[in-house]
Amino acid sequence: MTLSLSGVSRAFGGVRAVDDATFTVADGEVHGLIGPNGAGKTTLLNLISGLLQPTDGTIELDGRRIDRLPPHRIAALGISRTYQNIRLFAGLSAADNVVVGQHLRRHAPFWRRLLLLPAARREERAAREAAEAGLARVGLRERARLQAFSLSYGEQRRVEIARALASQPRLLVLDEPTAGMNPGEAASVGRLVREVAKEGRAVLLIEHNVRLVMELCDRITVLNFGKVIARGTPQEIGKDPAVVAAYLGDGT
Amino acid sequence: MSDLLLAYQALFAFVGINGLLALSVYATLSCGQLSLANAGFMAVGAYTAALITLHAPGVPFIFVLAAAALLPALLAVPLGLPVLRLRGVFLAIATIGFGEVVRLFFVNWDFTNGALGLVAIPQRTGLVTIAAALLVALFVLGRLWRSRAGYALEAIREDETAARTMGIRTTSYKLAMLSLGAALAGLAGGLEAHYTFMVSPGGYGFGRVVEMLVQAVVGGTAAFYGPVVGAAFLTVLPELLREVGARLGLAPGPFRLFLNGAILLAVILYLPNGLVSLPARLRRKVLS
Amino acid sequence: MGQQVLNGIFVGSIYALFAVGYTLVFGVLDILNLAHQAVFMLAAFVALVLVENAHLPLWAALPLAVVAGGLIGLVLERLAFRPLRGRSDSNISGLISSLAVATILEAIALQFFGPDISRFPPGTFPDRMIRIGAASTSLLQLCIIGISVLLMALLSFLMARTRLGRQLRAVAESPRAARILGIDVDRTIAVAFFLSSALGAAAGVLFGLAFNSISPDVGRGVELKGLAVIILGGMGSVPGAVVAGFALGLIEVFTVEHIGSSYRDVVSFAVLFLVLVARPRGLFGRAAAREA
Repeated sequence: MTLSLSGVSRAFGGVRAVDDATFTVADGEVHGLIGPNGAGKTTLLNLISGLLQPTDGTIELDGRRIDRLPPHRIAALGISRTYQNIRLFAGLSAADNVVVGQHLRRHAPFWRRLLLLPAARREERAAREAAEAGLARVGLRERARLQAFSLSYGEQRRVEIARALASQPRLLVLDEPTAGMNPGEAASVGRLVREVAKEGRAVLLIEHNVRLVMELCDRITVLNFGKVIARGTPQEIGKDPAVVAAYLGDGT
Repeated sequence: MSDLLLAYQALFAFVGINGLLALSVYATLSCGQLSLANAGFMAVGAYTAALITLHAPGVPFIFVLAAAALLPALLAVPLGLPVLRLRGVFLAIATIGFGEVVRLFFVNWDFTNGALGLVAIPQRTGLVTIAAALLVALFVLGRLWRSRAGYALEAIREDETAARTMGIRTTSYKLAMLSLGAALAGLAGGLEAHYTFMVSPGGYGFGRVVEMLVQAVVGGTAAFYGPVVGAAFLTVLPELLREVGARLGLAPGPFRLFLNGAILLAVILYLPNGLVSLPARLRRKVLS
Repeated sequence: MGQQVLNGIFVGSIYALFAVGYTLVFGVLDILNLAHQAVFMLAAFVALVLVENAHLPLWAALPLAVVAGGLIGLVLERLAFRPLRGRSDSNISGLISSLAVATILEAIALQFFGPDISRFPPGTFPDRMIRIGAASTSLLQLCIIGISVLLMALLSFLMARTRLGRQLRAVAESPRAARILGIDVDRTIAVAFFLSSALGAAAGVLFGLAFNSISPDVGRGVELKGLAVIILGGMGSVPGAVVAGFALGLIEVFTVEHIGSSYRDVVSFAVLFLVLVARPRGLFGRAAAREA
């Protein structure tokens, strides 16, 4: 799997939230997207997942253009995501949220259920078990039956990751997955991300925790005012003068 | 028991018909869409059934009912494609408009006697048929609940954007439920036409769809059987309280209307998930 | 031709007056108040009672009925909308609770006045015809047009030039930001309801006078016309509602003249439907009707 963006721009009114962004994400890679607030990171994720269309440029998945496809088609091609401002299905239980995440993976024709066939019941049990296993993976097995809105902030983020993984995506997109978490929780999310990458999936993540990003990512893209100002390994990024200036605010 | 059934036969029949209608509104509400086109769909079903019976009396009743359900379901597709893109209140308004257009169509159609409507439709249905239709509808919606498709509907209701990025084809699901709701409303229309012997445009105005919505909401739309509970409650209660109303000096019409409004207001303010959520609520109260 | 334009302006002025109040609440709260038509209807009955039973002259009954309508609006807001504020589905639950109140108000009217048509006693308003060029009209019609236009001008002035208007617009823009700016949001919303219902009440009394027929379901038909008007004008836009109200009045009159009276109502719903499908923002609207 290769996700490649070339010359992607998105303007709102006169403001170019994303301006000529070019980079690629490959299989098994953990790719960090960093930059100051308002740099256009979340807009970029919305472009990738099809919630927005670019005003310029192309986004390709394995050489196939996806930038004009609706979100559900993009999801079906193997891109799954979480949200910065958590978008769980608040009234559903944690386990049910993950079951919804399996939507693309489940083969459960409605007529089977209508005819009360045992195959339907088996499929449902398998789905429930898979959902519980998914929650166990993010350390929330015992929370499975609680309604999503009753969980803590950090727990909700982890349910969202489990829900995104339930579709077995080729590319997992995480928007600030550790925001609001304590260091222990954040570290466990870090371990999970590495595991996911080891399975051969690509991970693209926005993250403000600089230490975590440096430890976790294979490659990093830095955005500022919608433009890519640096790309490279964590070592290269750490030394890049443009990045340092952007983060420290160079006063210009 | 059988005496009771006989004495209140009409009441039970209307519980069944109203139950189907409340379910038809629930169908779209289950994926978060407030569509108020269902009086219009009901009219299409009722007229379809009545016209078949009057002009082709040989057609078995089951086919008549099938046609009464199918035609509105098909009609829902070209209506739904443009209007389901509208959000919340705008969808409600567009579908109110559609319902009125359907009603005005029948008012102006000479073939069906305009505003007078069709009369002397043979009675071809009774309690058993109506109950069977309601059970079939409940069964289908019950099987849908918590199925893969049912989860997709709940996801759309909770957060449509998130649902889309999970790979759920939200437009198809919304369209399917609009169509299913139209079929249920049409079926109820066909049954009612053959129970009351008549159809007229006045019976399918805005007030009718409001009644359906009230019953669905009062019963509760978080569970598939809620709307039927609401329909039964609001159909039977005014009958039970008729004496009380009369003693207070209230005419039956206004009294019924007042009860509907007051109960709806109480439910929406204090019991947002409807009457069916009452037992669980009381249990929690007792426990704590 | 002149006659038709005059008739269209006459009908349109009532639609517009009804719709400006309707759209005002939508603009501020993002909620469709389906009880607006019930206030319209009840105010007409209040005026009737004041004229017939209290023997007040019309010029005293009209303002009293308008104030009564405003007060009903305050009760409505307190009872059906304020408790729902902050609920995630408040725009749908608000629509439903307003339906509940509408039903209750209709029940009240039905109990006290019965289902039949009530009329103002003869001589409530001097019956005088006036000729304008080739067209003729009644003094009553001219007064109705005059009062409607005056009230709408007052509202426009209020919205554009006064502190209250600025507060209303701020709350419409963002209740949270308005609160930070020190605006009493609850009070501002209550005022919006008072104004909206008072205007609806005025429309109701004028409608009752114009057609001299009031019944508990008289608001239903006007409500649907009002919906067409606020959609055409753009939800939440007061000037839009004014323009669209007159436009609908004219369209209806010309439809009756050139196509046939049975198509009068079809036209308004066709307009409503086409606008929603083709240009959901309406003529002057800013609210996005579609999902992003």
